[in-house]
Amino acid sequence: MNKVVKNAKEAIKGMQDGQTFMLGGFGLCGIPENTINALVESGLTNLTCISNNAGVDNFGLGLLLKKHQIKKMISSYVGENKEFERQLLSGELDVDLIPQGTLAERLRAGGAGIPAFYVPAGYGTEVGEGKESREFNGKMHLLEYGLTADFAVVKAWKGDAMGNLIYRETANNFNQPMAMAGKITIAEVEILVPIGELNPNEIHTPGIFVQRIFQGVDYEKRIEFETVRE
Amino acid sequence: MSLDKIGIAKRIAQELKDGYYVNLGIGIPTLVANFVPENIEVVLQSENGLLGIGPFPEKGNADPDLINAGKQTVTTIPGSSFFDSSLSFAMIRGGHVDLTVLGAFEVSDKGDISSWKIPGKMVKGMGGAMDLVAAAKNIIVATTHTDRHGQPKLKTSCDLPLTGVNCVKKIVSDLAVIEVTDKGFKLLERAPGVSVEEILEKTGAPVIVEGDIPEMKL
Repeated sequence: MNKVVKNAKEAIKGMQDGQTFMLGGFGLCGIPENTINALVESGLTNLTCISNNAGVDNFGLGLLLKKHQIKKMISSYVGENKEFERQLLSGELDVDLIPQGTLAERLRAGGAGIPAFYVPAGYGTEVGEGKESREFNGKMHLLEYGLTADFAVVKAWKGDAMGNLIYRETANNFNQPMAMAGKITIAEVEILVPIGELNPNEIHTPGIFVQRIFQGVDYEKRIEFETVRE
Repeated sequence: MSLDKIGIAKRIAQELKDGYYVNLGIGIPTLVANFVPENIEVVLQSENGLLGIGPFPEKGNADPDLINAGKQTVTTIPGSSFFDSSLSFAMIRGGHVDLTVLGAFEVSDKGDISSWKIPGKMVKGMGGAMDLVAAAKNIIVATTHTDRHGQPKLKTSCDLPLTGVNCVKKIVSDLAVIEVTDKGFKLLERAPGVSVEEILEKTGAPVIVEGDIPEMKL
């Protein structure tokens, strides 16, 4: 089985205007840099994007926002992106803000074939408005739905042609649950190894979830807040 | 005299108990890690997927793949583990985290908290705060007693959009330690040199004061 494609441009083949895609990463940590650049170049527009954050003004998802390629964002935190905040407050961008743990679980559930589930997060807040609620063990919960997308784009440390993936340190974050939730999941990896070289005990995402994989290039891996010991 | 950020962090560190798993929010809460008493062991959880946060890295050793939830570069302690975001919130939602410390715009005397949005002005997003406050067994808010304009942040009800309801157990501010009880705010301690009167004056809700209120020991 060989799921390897040449590069990011080839990996996003078939993606169309108006589709929904997921993008792994937390802040700038573990984001699929190559595919983001290919999406910017593609000029695709009217996209709905599911991503925990929105990058910063001039890197990551911020690049797509700047070019107004995204019509709707589904995220939990926008704090570090001024352009995102501006588009949100001006109403140019449709934004669905959802609690981070609920977002992660909605992705996991979507990929696991679980249509809906109950969580306590957001009950009594505007997140809960219009949602079904129910009491369990004396505590109120909200009904939340599994999430899937036309494309999921994830970044892993190592991968093989069968689509098996290993993430590194905290660059795992949303990549693992998103990898499960794409109708087509694209994985870009820092190191593409021959089949059989990854230790099966260490694989985070089994290849069954991945449809396309490629060796990424020129990773910048920008640090958002470099903080060192005094 | 009112406490500075370091003082607030030091006082919150006294709430830590041996064996605790603790999630520290962005800002003042992050500073609490610097003042963990030496005779106890706590493990810090970062909701982006790390259990066992270590100190900030030495200069030149920052690793872009290794950050905390505030997106600052960190290190790990021996015995740490990495995991994805859904597993991370399984720890939080499942009640496995013993204590959550976070900041707030407002806290009500019912334990409601606002921390993520100022309509028309600022939207940061809730991040993991809603999940944390809805599930944590024990929630301490670290905050200044009043906002930049001198208005009370501790009130009878929150005016800003809520992060969670009926969840905050304790508040450590620059002026006081306040417990949120069934009957409202209860003053437990005051910052060194700060009078009970000043605390009452700067709190936007009734405060229960029983007997002599001791000064914080820092």
